[in-house]
Amino acid sequence: MTDIPILSLVTYFPLLGVALIFLFVNGVEEKTAGPARLIALVTCIINAIISLYLFQVFDPANPGFQLVEKHVWMEKWGIAYHKGVDGISVWFVLISALLAPICVLSAYSGITKRTKEFMIALLVLQTMMIGMFTALDLVLLYLFFEGVLIPMFLMIGIWGGQGRIYAAFKFFLYTFAGSVLLLLGLMVLAIHGGTTDMTVLMKNPDIPFDLARWLWLAFFAAFAVKTPMWPFHTWLPFAHVEAPTAGSVILAGVLLKMGGYGLMRFQMQLLPEASHYFSEFVLVLSVIAIIYTSLVALAQTDLKKLIAYSSVAHMGYVTLGLFAGNQVGVEGAMFVMLSHTVVSSALFLCVGVVYDRLHTRDIARYGALANNMPRYAIVFMVFTLASVGLPGTSGFVGEFLSMMGAFLRGSVWGALAGLGVILGAAYMLLLYRRMFYGESRHADAQAMPDLSLREYIIFIPLVVLVLWLGLAPGPVREMMAPTLKSFVENYQTYVSTEATGAEARGGVE
Amino acid sequence: MLSVPDILAVFSPLLMAAVVGLGNRHVGDKAAQVLTCAGMVVALLASVFLFYDVAVLGHVRTMVLAPWVITEGMQVNWALRFDTLTVVMLLVVNGVSTMVHFYSCGYMSHDKSIPRFMAYLSLFTFFMLMLVTADNLLQLFFGWEGVGLASYLLINFWYHKESANDASMKAFLVNRVGDFGFLLGIFACFQLFGSIQFADIFAGAAQLADARFDFLGMELPALTTTCLLLFIGAMGKSAQLGLHTWLPDAMEGPTPVSALIHAATMVTAGVFMVARLSPMFEFAPFALQVVTIVGALTAIVAATIGMTQFDIKRVIAYSTMSQLGYMFFALGVSAYSAGIFHLMTHAFFKALLFLGAGSVIHALDGQQDMRYMGGIWRKIPATYVMMWVGSLALAGVGIPGLFGMAGFYSKDIILEAAFAHHTWFGTMAFWLGIVCAYLTALYSWRLLIMTFHGTPRMDHHTLEHAHESPWSMLGPLLPLAAGALLAGYVGYEFFVGHWRAEFWGEAIKVIDGQDAIENAHHVPTWVKWLPLVAALSGIATAYLFYERKPEWPAKVAKGAGVVYTLFFNKYYFDQIYAAVFVRPAQFLGRFFWHTGDGKLIDAFGPDGVAGAVVRVAKKIGPLQTGYVYHYAFVMVLGVALLLTWFSVRG
Repeated sequence: MTDIPILSLVTYFPLLGVALIFLFVNGVEEKTAGPARLIALVTCIINAIISLYLFQVFDPANPGFQLVEKHVWMEKWGIAYHKGVDGISVWFVLISALLAPICVLSAYSGITKRTKEFMIALLVLQTMMIGMFTALDLVLLYLFFEGVLIPMFLMIGIWGGQGRIYAAFKFFLYTFAGSVLLLLGLMVLAIHGGTTDMTVLMKNPDIPFDLARWLWLAFFAAFAVKTPMWPFHTWLPFAHVEAPTAGSVILAGVLLKMGGYGLMRFQMQLLPEASHYFSEFVLVLSVIAIIYTSLVALAQTDLKKLIAYSSVAHMGYVTLGLFAGNQVGVEGAMFVMLSHTVVSSALFLCVGVVYDRLHTRDIARYGALANNMPRYAIVFMVFTLASVGLPGTSGFVGEFLSMMGAFLRGSVWGALAGLGVILGAAYMLLLYRRMFYGESRHADAQAMPDLSLREYIIFIPLVVLVLWLGLAPGPVREMMAPTLKSFVENYQTYVSTEATGAEARGGVE
Repeated sequence: MLSVPDILAVFSPLLMAAVVGLGNRHVGDKAAQVLTCAGMVVALLASVFLFYDVAVLGHVRTMVLAPWVITEGMQVNWALRFDTLTVVMLLVVNGVSTMVHFYSCGYMSHDKSIPRFMAYLSLFTFFMLMLVTADNLLQLFFGWEGVGLASYLLINFWYHKESANDASMKAFLVNRVGDFGFLLGIFACFQLFGSIQFADIFAGAAQLADARFDFLGMELPALTTTCLLLFIGAMGKSAQLGLHTWLPDAMEGPTPVSALIHAATMVTAGVFMVARLSPMFEFAPFALQVVTIVGALTAIVAATIGMTQFDIKRVIAYSTMSQLGYMFFALGVSAYSAGIFHLMTHAFFKALLFLGAGSVIHALDGQQDMRYMGGIWRKIPATYVMMWVGSLALAGVGIPGLFGMAGFYSKDIILEAAFAHHTWFGTMAFWLGIVCAYLTALYSWRLLIMTFHGTPRMDHHTLEHAHESPWSMLGPLLPLAAGALLAGYVGYEFFVGHWRAEFWGEAIKVIDGQDAIENAHHVPTWVKWLPLVAALSGIATAYLFYERKPEWPAKVAKGAGVVYTLFFNKYYFDQIYAAVFVRPAQFLGRFFWHTGDGKLIDAFGPDGVAGAVVRVAKKIGPLQTGYVYHYAFVMVLGVALLLTWFSVRG
């Protein structure tokens, strides 16, 4: 253990960058862009190192909350400034911090106006996200959860494309509607439990079943929108399409995981009984999400929309694994989230590469890029295969486990989700084919140069991660297994009769 | 314990694929060829050693390399398992692959992407080796998907061709349908056995023979269901009826690819899988029955289509599919070793035929249509002889009790085993197999005669330039031809004869009393002679129809009318699938997008509200100037200040 409040450090460190930018970077765009980028980049790199240090001091064998910081805040209502991480949230802190430098780098070519403000938004967003993942108090968590909304809204609304206003409002309205219900739910929960301390509430979920079900629905509204689950997903394609590359990366890489994280913490940990009651409902939505959005992805002509829809399908595997309610499924869901962070971020970065060169997202405007961008073609192929879930890539481990978890819950869930394996390959390979193969038709697309050094620096760590997670996921699993074990045990205490993996096996006669 | 040959046999192709693939242009064409070929030679030598060590000396072993996927109650390792089944496959894979590597140096010499091609070939070989050395279902699946990927990349090697794009996607997607079954089979195994290690599955299968479980709401026999799910995977990879449509199209790839992947190795992965899982399939008799029927139907359907096609490579592709059908019905009647025996001999003669066809295509400047060939045997005599050897082996010509070509031994033991199974489906497979033997000879000699004999039908220019292939291409044909001549004669006693029990050891399991191979040795004499008679009549028919009376085939085709149309159009599988699966999927995609997302979800959801807000906002103030952004920064600052204030006060 350490005496440094490391969680607060990793949360607020990006604000130091904001302060520096405010203090030292002033003037016209041409003069401020460079220094602002540099300060943001250095800040994010240092913060990434801090997060790795956090990872280092984290004890994986301990399933409880660690590195806890607790300061009384409003004594009267039992509200405290309470932070801590366990084997679930430490991962989300890590990915938030590690993605940030990559986002800044990608914004070097993508963002050309109001760079200084963009970097500020990016840094503030990082603080909000990490704050949310480390908060253990309902009020604190809600503040950060809402705080994320603002910089993201701005990123889409200011630095977005043609339809940015519509997209920004759609994003805002959807998530805000969810947030209102979340706030209501939190208030009821706090009043009923007499505290806003999540660790206390988790141990003692003594909530009448009727009330729990209402609370569950209120929370679900917030997190289903964030995840997003079908049919609350329609904001995502628009948000992605209009967002600048860095915004898409954060959106797909981290923001969506706030939904998955919320479902784990609020639904399954705080309201296990109600979660079980609604689990089949969620499984149905998950399966619909996987099949429906995969089919929709098949029909897309817009590069970013296609990948956005594929994100919804992949998040379907997350909810599928989670609400299968057994250890295999929950581990799978965590792996899908980690893998999706890497892969979808990488795919959006890949889109950014060609968008920066040709300024169009229309797939038909590309084609035969394997001719003039062979290195880019290889990189894109790696992420395509990871998205398709080819064994040996990060995508496989998670999808395999979450589908297996679902199968153990009931074979029909595994079978229906398995259809996504076919459809997922269909839309990704179709995309790849239209982008990279075929006759060369467009002279301007054929004139695009291959990856630059900066782009290499962005992609190589992501490729390494995809392969590492795919070939040797053991160490990652060790970091979260003890927490997930107690997570699932806690959940299953409230699940009386339903089959778990082991029981299902015992059920064979 | 790490042993050097074990590692080299599997990983040297990967190493070379990585070096050449990543180095690509820096490595250069010549070095790419030398490196990948050297990698293959090393792997081949190592597997010869392993064959001796494992199959002859009996040193069966499993080497665990590293942990892979771990979850509650399951640990799957990267491992290399060597038993007789594996080392036979190692020899076949590394042997054919080495020859194909050498051949490619000549065949692809004018291509501009030689390093990429060689790297893909080596990468494919690596995945195939991982597949055959797996000690659990998941690593098998890893290799399975890996060879699928390599196949996709190689079919699409000439990626500027739209037809190659189509074919490669089709191959990947049809295989994914099979993989869907395979995955469910793995899940079912885990549910049944609590493990997906082969050792655990084999140990537990007998006790679970009568188990039932709930599958999709139905109460089904557990083992049979699991086996059938896994078999769906095998059907996809091995192009069995229903999931076969990708294989003929896969001929879009360069010819060495067709020889290696779509004839000798990858497509036999399904056969390998069922043989590997024989200790499980043995306790699922209904699953075996399905395997037999599917195999027999595939054999006959493919042979009838192959008879009517004009593209030289497609004829051989349908022939491959038909021969795979033979292997499957051998598995289905519990004659696993006969199936693997045919797999091995088929690898030799089919690779020989494909590479020979490649030599013909090379000589005729890319022409693949047999209607524009003919009369060139004097120009390319060496290729001609090789094609004869391959065809004789494929048709299974030989003299019982004395000597025969490779296919003579392996096909006959399959037919005898089917006959000796004494079940209705075994007998059905036998008779369909006999008809197929006739058709096999017929289409093989049709191919030989149309390609090499009669009057030349290509244009003057092509005929003049027709030339024998260089030795870099003919050389690799020699070992394959030797295999086509001798593999059956040499292998017979080991694979299916006197020494089979010692040879296979524990690698293949057959329940007592179901040993079809044993019974096969006691069938009536006419059963032993019938396949040969069928083959010779097929050759005679082809000679009559295509050499003596070349006007007859068209007449017969006309007379057969609907039947011929059905064969020629490949039973309309592609058209039916397009109408039933492909177009509805595209329609649903658009429908869900426009109507589902657009008209339903958004209309009830945010659009009305958002639209209203935007309209109002536009009236209130200029959104795109700084106002919103200033306002928003005030919000951000506000939140930050609020936080600070609360923290300080706390």
